[in-house]
Amino acid sequence: MEFVYEVEGGNFTKAGNASSAVKKTMKQLNVDPKIVKRTVVALYEAEVNIVAHAYGGVITVNVNAEHIHIVLDDNGPGIPDIDLAMQEGFSTASSKVREMGFGAGMGLPNIKKNVDELKVSSEVDKGTRVEMKTYLKNQ
Amino acid sequence: MKVCDLVEQLNLKVFCGEQGLDNEVVGGYTSDLLSDVMGNVDENQVWITLQTHKNIMAIASLKEVAAVILVKGYKPEQAALEQSNEEGIPILGTDLETFEMSGELFGLLKK
Repeated sequence: MEFVYEVEGGNFTKAGNASSAVKKTMKQLNVDPKIVKRTVVALYEAEVNIVAHAYGGVITVNVNAEHIHIVLDDNGPGIPDIDLAMQEGFSTASSKVREMGFGAGMGLPNIKKNVDELKVSSEVDKGTRVEMKTYLKNQ
Repeated sequence: MKVCDLVEQLNLKVFCGEQGLDNEVVGGYTSDLLSDVMGNVDENQVWITLQTHKNIMAIASLKEVAAVILVKGYKPEQAALEQSNEEGIPILGTDLETFEMSGELFGLLKK
C-alpha cells in the first residue's frame, strides 16, 4: 500500500499533519503499537526538517507485511556535510525556529534511533532525500 | 490519577480540551525542546512546558500525552487551543515556574 503526502516548507501550522495521517493509517492496519510509536517519532522529525529547512517536499509511505518504508524528498538547500548534520547538537536552524523549541540538533539522531535503516542523500541547492525503513516482523 | 484530579489538587486553570479531563495520568515530562519531548515523553504523561504555539499540540497528539501544562502564566495561542479541543487533550495553566510545577506534580504522583 502506498500513501503520498505533500509538505509545505516554512508552514509550521501544518507541521505534523502528514505524521498524524500516517499514524492513523498504521493503527488501522494493526501495526504493532511499539513500531507505530517509533515510526511516528522518526517521521515527525523528518517532516519538521522539511518545514524548517526546505521549500517543500513529498512524503511517500509504503507499507506491506514485511516493512514500512518512508521516503521524504524535498526541494531545498540540501546538506553539504551529512556526517556533520547527523551529529547530535549540530543545527543550522534559524533563530525563529529555535525560539519555537525546534532546531536543537536532535532531529536526525532521533530519526536514526527510531528506525531500522536510515539513508540520507543530498545535493546542495537541490534538495535532500531521507529514506527510512522499519521491519514489521522479527528478522 | 486523572487529569481532573491534578486540576483540583494543583489548582490548575483549564484553557481547553475539557473532554480529556478524564485522561489517565501515569507520569510527567518537563522540557521546552520539542525534539527532546518527541523522543522522550510517553503516552499518558503530563507535559510541562512554556511553549504556547500550535506545534505543542501536534506533539501532544502524536505522543498521546494526557495533558499539557503551561507554566508562568502563559496562555495557549488560538491555534493550539483549537487543536486541543479537537484532540481532547487539555491544555492547563499555572502561575508557578517550571521547577516548582514539576516538583508539585512529582510529589503528587509519587504519593
